[in-house]
Amino acid sequence: MGKYLVNLKINNIPVSVEEGTTILDAAKNLNFKIPTLCYHSDLSIAGNCRVCVVEVKGQRVLSAACATPVSEGMDVFTNSEKVRASRKNVVELLLSEHNADCTKCYKNGNCELQEMTSEYSVGNHIYLDLVKDKDKILDISSPSIVKDDSKCIRCQRCVRTCEELQAVSALAVVNKGDHQKISTFLNKPMHEVVCTNCGQCVNRCPTGALVEKNYIDEVWNAIYDPDKFVVVQTAPAVRAALGEGLGVELGQRVTGKMVAALKKLGFNKVLDTDFTADLTIMEEGTELLTRLKKALVDKESVALPMFTSCSPGWIKFVEHIFPEYLANLSTCKSPQQMFGALAKTYYADKINIKPEKMVSVSVMPCTAKKYECDRPEMRSSGYKDVDYVITTRELARMIKQAGIEFNKLESERYDSILGESTGAAVIFGATGGVMEAALRTAYEIVTGREVPFTNLDIKPVRGMEGIKEAAIKIKDTVPAWSFLEGVELKIAIASGLANAKKLVEAIRDGKATYHFVEIMACPGGCIGGGGQPIPTSAEIRKKRIEAIYEEDTNMTLRKSHDNPEVQEVYKEFLGSPLGHKSHDLLHTHYKPRKRY
Amino acid sequence: MTKIKHLIQNFSLQKFKKGGQKMSNVENLVKELVKIHGKNRNSLMPVLQGVVKEEKYLSEDAMMAIAKELDLSTADVYGTASFYTFLDTVPRGKNIIRVCKTITCHMKGKDELIKALEDALKIKVGETTHDKQFTLLTANCLGWCHKGPVMLINDEIYPETSPQAALEIIEKYQTSTKK
Repeated sequence: MGKYLVNLKINNIPVSVEEGTTILDAAKNLNFKIPTLCYHSDLSIAGNCRVCVVEVKGQRVLSAACATPVSEGMDVFTNSEKVRASRKNVVELLLSEHNADCTKCYKNGNCELQEMTSEYSVGNHIYLDLVKDKDKILDISSPSIVKDDSKCIRCQRCVRTCEELQAVSALAVVNKGDHQKISTFLNKPMHEVVCTNCGQCVNRCPTGALVEKNYIDEVWNAIYDPDKFVVVQTAPAVRAALGEGLGVELGQRVTGKMVAALKKLGFNKVLDTDFTADLTIMEEGTELLTRLKKALVDKESVALPMFTSCSPGWIKFVEHIFPEYLANLSTCKSPQQMFGALAKTYYADKINIKPEKMVSVSVMPCTAKKYECDRPEMRSSGYKDVDYVITTRELARMIKQAGIEFNKLESERYDSILGESTGAAVIFGATGGVMEAALRTAYEIVTGREVPFTNLDIKPVRGMEGIKEAAIKIKDTVPAWSFLEGVELKIAIASGLANAKKLVEAIRDGKATYHFVEIMACPGGCIGGGGQPIPTSAEIRKKRIEAIYEEDTNMTLRKSHDNPEVQEVYKEFLGSPLGHKSHDLLHTHYKPRKRY
Repeated sequence: MTKIKHLIQNFSLQKFKKGGQKMSNVENLVKELVKIHGKNRNSLMPVLQGVVKEEKYLSEDAMMAIAKELDLSTADVYGTASFYTFLDTVPRGKNIIRVCKTITCHMKGKDELIKALEDALKIKVGETTHDKQFTLLTANCLGWCHKGPVMLINDEIYPETSPQAALEIIEKYQTSTKK
């Protein structure tokens, strides 16, 4: 049944929209921009900030455009005298409770409240500054996220993000009236609570109240230190989004320019996390097949389905919420940490640098990676395997600091070794990508043939849906894997922890059975990560995903096991997947954490 | 209907007390309350109230137990509890005295009333006596403006309370507690 069309006028221009559309969306159709703060396209409607107020003819009070559905014959004014005066007042009131020390703020220049201030609140403030009177906490305890209550305007985007997208609810609204604030359980420090460090709240905070903990100065110090040899790795999803903050059109891949910029910044070697993504596939693919063999042939009890373990937000989520499923996690470290472990062992040896002189930096779309590199499990080289993690946003800032004109850079290539990669690795950045990469390799190991999909594109695992599932029938196996003959490999993919929770609960309750499950903590996968450029929306994430698959299509090598450098590392150093060295450097186990 | 619910609740809690379990075992208390009120989110309020009724406040352990039983996050439980003045999240005495601080009671002498209570109990507003018998708090309008100043002790309202009358009233609570 089609929806009814509602006719109304906005600023005297007639428009027809579907029943249930909000005034905000109807105005968008006519290209009238109504300012918003608490509204976010990924979240439910809150309607608490009041900056989107509009005048509806015949109504005494103004209406919040984000929370008011259109009705027949409505006459809306988005920019009347009353509306503008009211918005100015709202912004002034928000400012009276906001630490507006903008020049010292990390979000200076990229702050929605600041932008609104320049639009609406020019001149002297008319309300008393109340910031001093609040009991506000600056929480720097987390290695990933800094929370500064003095900058919070209580729009509650973070609370809705944590609950609706991530099903974590580490943050909640506490107290009431002028004491209301966004808080953890009993005001505990962020590093003590169930926070997964995913940084989705950071992506959506309209002010500087939630930002990533930045390590820009530490990285500059390492670069300037003549005694240090600084290597940098870049995650797959970074290349699909870095340009957004540097004047490049949304959805354009900037791999070559990024490499050039990193070299200009002074990193000694520019290497690729994609290399260890390929390595991950070798290890994780083998691990999956080994588990299946144990289950089907040896009849051992082995934890299935196997869950991917690349996403550190997901890892911490399992530790807190589903500790009984820790054994189901692949023992593979994430590509970042595999890289770190190899850099200070195999690579340091190969290029003749003492590991203690090496500083290992990684550029990630992710705030949880900052936490991950601090984990005690991640020191298998004998040193801290990855020293500093900076996000896509921090790299963009460093490039600006260095005065590099990013758009004019000529593309350059990654250094070798640990710089070569395949199309299978770059798609790690999108939801479904790890699964697709694993299937391209595992299917070939088992059958000796390529996966039966046109151009290697495993379309059923692609797309933005929160939960996807597929099944692949294994036929005509090579003798070593004949026990898999005729087996239907069942797989599932989830992105966003709320979806992950649903999927794990379905598995737990016996409503679904799978062999292999890919989980990425952030909506859309790493391209939607907590360290990616702000803003984010479904549309932006879609564009980034398209860029990722475009990169894959354009690669000469598209399967992880074809990566010549991966083959070389196995020959020279690691031996074989799941071998003794791999076990020491590339695999780990996690421990349960308190949920409450 | 509400009344019946309360009766059931009280009955069940008494039974629970007789079961030999100590009431300090807040986890069992929460489990018992969840049995009565159900496991859905709607039961958060009555469970919080039930715990406060028995324990006088919501301890960290209590909130963690509630979160676990109702499958909510602890921050969520704390957020709800902190919204309501009558759901305390810090330890309180056996008897909670709340003096109305709103304008009518103010004009009818709530300051003198508070002063008398502070002197008698040797505590300031917001504090609890050393023997954990009394906590002295102020409250927003209790709806007794025509008979101010008023104070509330636990669930009992005391209208038109002079400083002298207040002392006699708390005396009564003191003796009843000692028995």
